[in-house]
Amino acid sequence: MQLVLEKRAERSGTIALVSPLIAIGLTVVTMIILFAILGKNPLLALHAYFIAPLTDGYSLQEIAVKATPLVMIAIGLSLCYLANAWNIGAEGQFLVGAVAGSWIAVKTQGTDAGAWVLPAMLVLAAAAGALYALIPAICKVKFGASEILTSLMLVYVADLFLDYLVRGPWRDPNGFNFPTTAEFDPVATVPLLIEGGRLHLGSIIALLVVAAAAILLGRTIKGFEIRVVGAAPRAARFGGFNANQLIVLTFAVSGALAGLAGIIEVAGPIGHLQPGISPGYGFTAIIVAFLGRLNPLGILIAGLFLALTFIGGEQAQIAMKIPLDVTKVFQGILLFYVLACDSLILYRFKLSFPNRQVARGTH
Amino acid sequence: MRKSLLALAAGLLLAGSSVSAASAADKLKVGFIYLGPIGDLGWTYQHDLARQALVKELGDQIETTYLENVPEGPDAERSIEQLVRAGNKLIFTTSFGYMDPTLKVAKKYPNVHFEHATGYKRNPNMSTYSAKWFQGRYIQGLIAAKMSKSGVLGYIGSFPIPEVVSGINATILAAQTINPAIKVKIIWANTWFDPGKEADAAKALIDQGADVIMQHTDSPAAMQIASERGKLAFGQDSEMIKFGPKTQLTSILDTWGPYYIERVKAELAGTWKSQDSWGGLDSHMFAMAPYTNMPDDVKKLAEDAQAAITAGKLHPFKCPIVGQDGKTVECKGGDHLDDGQILGMNFYVKGIDDKLPGK
Repeated sequence: MQLVLEKRAERSGTIALVSPLIAIGLTVVTMIILFAILGKNPLLALHAYFIAPLTDGYSLQEIAVKATPLVMIAIGLSLCYLANAWNIGAEGQFLVGAVAGSWIAVKTQGTDAGAWVLPAMLVLAAAAGALYALIPAICKVKFGASEILTSLMLVYVADLFLDYLVRGPWRDPNGFNFPTTAEFDPVATVPLLIEGGRLHLGSIIALLVVAAAAILLGRTIKGFEIRVVGAAPRAARFGGFNANQLIVLTFAVSGALAGLAGIIEVAGPIGHLQPGISPGYGFTAIIVAFLGRLNPLGILIAGLFLALTFIGGEQAQIAMKIPLDVTKVFQGILLFYVLACDSLILYRFKLSFPNRQVARGTH
Repeated sequence: MRKSLLALAAGLLLAGSSVSAASAADKLKVGFIYLGPIGDLGWTYQHDLARQALVKELGDQIETTYLENVPEGPDAERSIEQLVRAGNKLIFTTSFGYMDPTLKVAKKYPNVHFEHATGYKRNPNMSTYSAKWFQGRYIQGLIAAKMSKSGVLGYIGSFPIPEVVSGINATILAAQTINPAIKVKIIWANTWFDPGKEADAAKALIDQGADVIMQHTDSPAAMQIASERGKLAFGQDSEMIKFGPKTQLTSILDTWGPYYIERVKAELAGTWKSQDSWGGLDSHMFAMAPYTNMPDDVKKLAEDAQAAITAGKLHPFKCPIVGQDGKTVECKGGDHLDDGQILGMNFYVKGIDDKLPGK
């Protein structure tokens, strides 16, 4: 008897819907076993991971703060991926946006510049992110260079450029040579939504981005073009859609969103420019995009869910002394199961009995 | 299969019942934020050893919690606040990059006390503490100049901040007293902990002729490379002799234990006050690992220097100090540079054939 994967005649709509749930279920079961092996009470651990963060306002705020950059970047990436354009360099676009926006903050520091500062920072950051993303897009369209490689490599360029600025020209003159700019002025800071909390205007912007992407993909010709070019390139060509133009467009949009996320993070929760402003948001957002099945609403849920695992992981570390590595294992297992379950959309399990056929032959 | 499921279920129930027994409502909760994993065998490892010493000493009155691998970015503020919300009343944030996040949380929770390592911003409820490692670097400089055959030292820097720059300067000032023509090659790893990068830096330095490797990064990777190549090296933060039994000359050991115990005792007694502690060899904020793999005369030289520094008779930044630009640095501390000049050190001394990044 043998278990084989057999291709389905058409993709299963039911499985497409339930596969994330199956994946989460399998992850929970695996984690229960893992916690039991570690000698921790699995029920309490799962409670610390998934339930406790949802029960108080503070943790909910923190989840929103953590999810904000992830969702914004992932929405942009999903447009690229739907159009078969592989932007892996959102991290770099995030950094370049942060740098460009901070330029205004640094230059207006200590002057009595008005309320125009923050909006100008947001616009410039989005523009810079878009331009930075256009480099791999144009290299792809004009020279056929792999956008995966070029966009990824530009991450390191952006990282080192930021490093140079905060160690050199933009260094806080009163900061003992430590690599950071001075704290931004209030006019250059993203306003908080709740006094004393950390929830900021960026979370609202992220929700608007989700809504805009949903409208773009669901209700506009451009959105239709993006999906067709990705799903059926030949049909798109017959339909007269210009795939190259879409690569350039989706890269620019996703770069703009990553850049915007970058400046919101710097002018919001951090408050100044420094090295290490991103704990890998641009890369984690790739996971968020796929976990959310490249669907705007799905991405919002996936972003919040991933943020929950971060916050919950931290609380589990405090409350139950569960090592941080377990949180990472947990995120890895989740992604593994999601990808594994996705194969059930196009394939199904079938039992085959090769032995019996052999046996019949000998009779 | 069914049996093992049953066993698992039974285990769940058992585990559930045992948890309620543990309650420590009246113990002082002390929290720690760590930069690296506790298994980094360097910086974070030493902080955790100190935490363990603290538990050993005062375990009946306190309960400790730590968060490891907390990046010095936007997440740090949340991690610190999580510790506050979990009821910790005294929180040690053990890396420079936590300075602004610690200050933000400290301002928000005036009744919680914070201790920030190696920073310069304080608050009525936020102390800072650090060690005068440049004293240890001076001793290493003497040893390095004696032991180097090529006259070239290799130095792996983390970030060009004053703590690191003053270490490089102290090293070279000491080395020049032995060999005025000594050279130092510096590589900036731009990280505190990245064994791969640190190993690459060590290889590059050895390829450039360095035969004594010193580091201001946290892993034993450079020690292992020096050991493989038959060179000499100094450990960092912790005892690294097991990574280079024939390689390690000495190591600067971070010994936070006594300070942590003292501060927690003050907290328990209600006498905790915001302060700035910058201790050296005399106050045991750090120690030197045994002097190994060197002839007796070099060992004696090192021990004598250590005794003189501890007694306050020898100051690594004794005036006159000449900068790279050939100008003598103003001497604000009488016959040596004052603390402010060392804490803000942003220049190389004469004899370093390199350019300070960002200058």
